[in-house]
Amino acid sequence: MTEPAADSPAVAVDGLVMRYGDKVAVDGLSLQVDRHTITAVLGPNGAGKTTTLETCEGYRRPQAGTVRVLGLDPVRDRAALLPRIGVMLQAGGAWSGVRAREMLDHVAKLHAHPLDTAMLSDRLGLADCGRTPYRRLSGGQQQRLALAMALVGRPEIVFVDEPTAGMDPQARRTTWELLEELRGDGVTVVLTTHYMDEAERLADHIHIIDHGRLIASGSPLELTRGGHHATIRLVVTRPFPPGSPDRLRQALGEHTSVTQLDEVSLLVTGPADASTLAKVSHWCEANDVLPESLTLGQRNLEDVFLQLTGRELTP
Amino acid sequence: MSGTFIPQPGAAPLHRQVLAQAAMESRLMLRNGEQLLLAVVIPVIVLIGGVAGADRVGLDLEHSAVDVFAPGVLALAVMSTAFTSLAIATGFERRYGVIKRLGSSPLPRSGLLAGKIGGLLMIEVLQILVISMVALALDWDPAPGVLGAALGVVLGTAAFASLGLFVAGVLRAEATLAAANLVYLLLMAGGAVVLPVSAYGAAGDVVRWLPSGALGGAMRDALIDGATAWTDLLVLLAWAVLGTALTARTFKWE
Repeated sequence: MTEPAADSPAVAVDGLVMRYGDKVAVDGLSLQVDRHTITAVLGPNGAGKTTTLETCEGYRRPQAGTVRVLGLDPVRDRAALLPRIGVMLQAGGAWSGVRAREMLDHVAKLHAHPLDTAMLSDRLGLADCGRTPYRRLSGGQQQRLALAMALVGRPEIVFVDEPTAGMDPQARRTTWELLEELRGDGVTVVLTTHYMDEAERLADHIHIIDHGRLIASGSPLELTRGGHHATIRLVVTRPFPPGSPDRLRQALGEHTSVTQLDEVSLLVTGPADASTLAKVSHWCEANDVLPESLTLGQRNLEDVFLQLTGRELTP
Repeated sequence: MSGTFIPQPGAAPLHRQVLAQAAMESRLMLRNGEQLLLAVVIPVIVLIGGVAGADRVGLDLEHSAVDVFAPGVLALAVMSTAFTSLAIATGFERRYGVIKRLGSSPLPRSGLLAGKIGGLLMIEVLQILVISMVALALDWDPAPGVLGAALGVVLGTAAFASLGLFVAGVLRAEATLAAANLVYLLLMAGGAVVLPVSAYGAAGDVVRWLPSGALGGAMRDALIDGATAWTDLLVLLAWAVLGTALTARTFKWE
């Protein structure tokens, strides 16, 4: 084993392919995570996010391509890598009869320089349920305990899989602040999420994946700005006649794209000017389509995703 | 920036990880009422019931009832912990993602296995203490076959634990629960663990090759006659090798 360079990226995935039977979960994915960032892997359910993460965590061996974490091979260099990473699984991970604090203390004992578990419990709002058996913890408490277990060993990278799924808004904000504090202290945070507001608020860098492929990458600003683009959402009273998106795109000219969202709504992305809006309105009149609403807005990650895939990010 | 989370990663020394794991496993096992029933209460009931009932049913034994039953009950206790309790606990650990979670901790798989075995031995020491005290109160007069008994406990644990892990690795958690209890009951009744092989008549020739019969035989030879039952110990070793091979081929950590 050659000693990995200290400046190797936190995570480097190159041409990763993972299949389950006939189903391709990850399809030639390449992405990189820089150190000391919060990087979000954003995508709908089933996009291959968890599979990719679990390959980085050494649970799965890449079927093709390579994965390096801190310059190490997660399978071959498992023993060297595992103490340096923290993992928050999507669900489970504790005995049903174990008490919350006891579980955290146990994970702490496996590490050389663990955090003080009393402090950590306190920070994550687990102080009141320290003696509660795991099976009686609420879903949110189980999530926070899972996060505490990922952090207690003072890792260089934490992989958090859907960290705020099922949390109430207050707990979500607390978790976000904690993840930002981790970055401030020099920890690299890799999170998967299908909440675009979470990615937009937290991430320095976002990788959008769908069907196991990387479809866009950049900072939230880079992804949403995309030039001087805006979005127009058009909702009509009766279903669009067939072929409407194509005809509307022709009417609008170059530099615009039209995505049909469902049978009564369309998303237009293009130059943010009054002329585009006027053209859409004119097209409606000419095609005997009665608009119910026509809204102009800055595009957000949700729109970016829609435009790239033609599908909603959150079901 | 608070500085609280500044990275300082590292694994604890392996022996400390294994000790922590063993302590955790045994603590959780003792906290579970059903497991405790299996580990201590049932063997003690079998011992007291067997000794009280032996005279009444006129069981013809060369030695006093407690001298025959106590080694068999110790074997039963080893079987219940190393096979049934371990299988059930491991089955549910897979179900609850505990093994997966520990799989990304610094604890290596060999350390997890060592921790499990350590946890079993801690429970067995407790079982042996409790059962021996009850037996001594019933005028048990054990022969000093320390080597034979110690080898019996170690090899019996290895054989039953490897078979227990095999069951937990191939079945779902609920099926493991059912199968591990069923096998335990069948072996307790018909496996020559509590009663000597001679009590089974012609079937004894078969039963003595079961891990239960071999463990019971080894414990009785050691604690009744002070002998080391090499044949029985070899049978246990063979079961341990078979169980380990099966487990290594089939066990999934998730």
